[in-house]
Amino acid sequence: MNIKKMVKKNILETPPSGIRKYFDMVNEMEDVISLGIGEPDFETPWTIREEGIYSLEKGKTHYSSNAGFIELRQEISNYMNNRFGLKYDPKDEILVTVGGSEAIDIAIRTFAGPGDEVIVPEPSFVAYKGCVMFAGATPVTIELEAEDRFKLKPEQIINAITDKTKAIIIGYPNNPTGATMDYEDYKAIVEVLKDKDIIVISDELYAELTYEGVHVSIAQFPEMKDKTIVINGFSKAFAMTGWRIGYACGHADALDQMKKIHQYAIMCSPTTAQYAAIEALKNGEPEIRRMKEEYNRRRLVMVDGFRKIGLNCFEPVGAFYVFPDISVSGLVSDEFCERLLMQERVLMVPGNAFGACGEGFVRATYATSIDNIREALVRIRRFLESL
Amino acid sequence: MKKELLSILKNNCRLSVEEMAVMLGTTSDEVKNAMKELDEKGIILAYNALIDWEKLDDQYVTAYIEVKVTPQRGQGFDKVAERIYKYPQVTACSLVSGGFDLFVVVEGRTMKEVALFVAEKLAPIDSVMSCATHFVLKKYKDSGVIFNKTYVDDREAVVL
Ligand SMILES: Cc1ncc(COP(=O)(O)O)c(C=O)c1O
Repeated sequence: MNIKKMVKKNILETPPSGIRKYFDMVNEMEDVISLGIGEPDFETPWTIREEGIYSLEKGKTHYSSNAGFIELRQEISNYMNNRFGLKYDPKDEILVTVGGSEAIDIAIRTFAGPGDEVIVPEPSFVAYKGCVMFAGATPVTIELEAEDRFKLKPEQIINAITDKTKAIIIGYPNNPTGATMDYEDYKAIVEVLKDKDIIVISDELYAELTYEGVHVSIAQFPEMKDKTIVINGFSKAFAMTGWRIGYACGHADALDQMKKIHQYAIMCSPTTAQYAAIEALKNGEPEIRRMKEEYNRRRLVMVDGFRKIGLNCFEPVGAFYVFPDISVSGLVSDEFCERLLMQERVLMVPGNAFGACGEGFVRATYATSIDNIREALVRIRRFLESL
Repeated sequence: MKKELLSILKNNCRLSVEEMAVMLGTTSDEVKNAMKELDEKGIILAYNALIDWEKLDDQYVTAYIEVKVTPQRGQGFDKVAERIYKYPQVTACSLVSGGFDLFVVVEGRTMKEVALFVAEKLAPIDSVMSCATHFVLKKYKDSGVIFNKTYVDDREAVVL
């Protein structure tokens, strides 16, 4: 049997992520400084890890209710309210998922299928488009512009909307650009979206990593709250990537449907992680602040460093990424990254891995030590001079 | 800005003035001036390295000593404390609440050396009533740093 022939068309046609190739190369090399990995370099704060360990010691190794422990949902509800002024009923408006990833997937699958369109602004997190395609729906991309500081503009949405549009995925603070949207930015797009039957999937995983101003959620606009699914999690803010835990918040009518997929495909998210997450929300605040402070310092050094060596970059004020423009090098992103890796052993990710319009940029993460950042900048400068 | 500067220095005092200026959104000169001022005011007292002497072959011991003292009229504990902390072997000395009065840290090359110091110098001081010496057998953490833990970046290459 030709197995490949058996595979569903939309799976077959979805390309694997473009980042993989570099990581395979890195595995063969020594002394590589990686500015490529999109996860915190910090370990999960001990108080959180310890609660996970305690739960195991006490033999708490069973399933939780599908939506997650009610105690955790209550903590999430408090957190969303205290941090962002968003009110969600822990009973039926919060769903604990296997990372923000699962929440993204089931939100898309709940609302879009064959014949439907989902608007995906790019450059953005690699999973959005893939999940839309697996759902059988068609991704309609918006090309965000560096000169708009990669913010989403109302005209861009108007141009992308058709009568098939079911949802739009908005992800700020943004991976890979580090861009954020403030209240005024959202207000402009809310004008476009408020009267439309379009679901907004708002991926706010990096909300805590906002270095200037405060994080704004589109769900804070009363006219948007019911049609927005807010996705958040523990991976980035609490340095809990490996625990695989996140959540979705939204109207009960939406969550009820998403919960069905979650129920049948997942059952419940890992309970050890759920116990740990309760502690994260109860007592993790000082550690979040400490990590954020450290990221911010590295961010400033990295942005300044890139500018000093002649790589133009707009000021990223969220997440832990810098997205410099590499056009001065005269190379395309892919070639730039490959040659930089071979020549100077610094790994960055080509911007086009996050959408075609990311071409001409590279993504560098400052979720690494200041020593690494310093050394990487020296090497990148040498690389640029060698061209 | 001074608080932020101090918080940066507390973590890592080997950053360049330029890097700190970037982190603080100010100029190198401003940072230099601020550091000078903090030094002069005695707010920053030293820029020390934290060393794990265990990793060297040299002999090295630390003792924590609980000292009970009779306070002297009109001078409280300060005078006795001063007599104690002036010895170079004493690397730390604090007045504490609880069952004893002064908490003294003494460093030396051998246990014998430290014990002799206590017997010959500390204990005989007039107002010192008693000394309880605790030799450090193993240091787990000091100044916020965990010993014997090297950070390896073993994050796997994932696609995101
Ligand atoms: C923008 C964005 N959303 C979601 C995720 C997924 O996070 P998790 O599934 O670990 O919660 C990531 C991870 O890199 C991300 O960058």
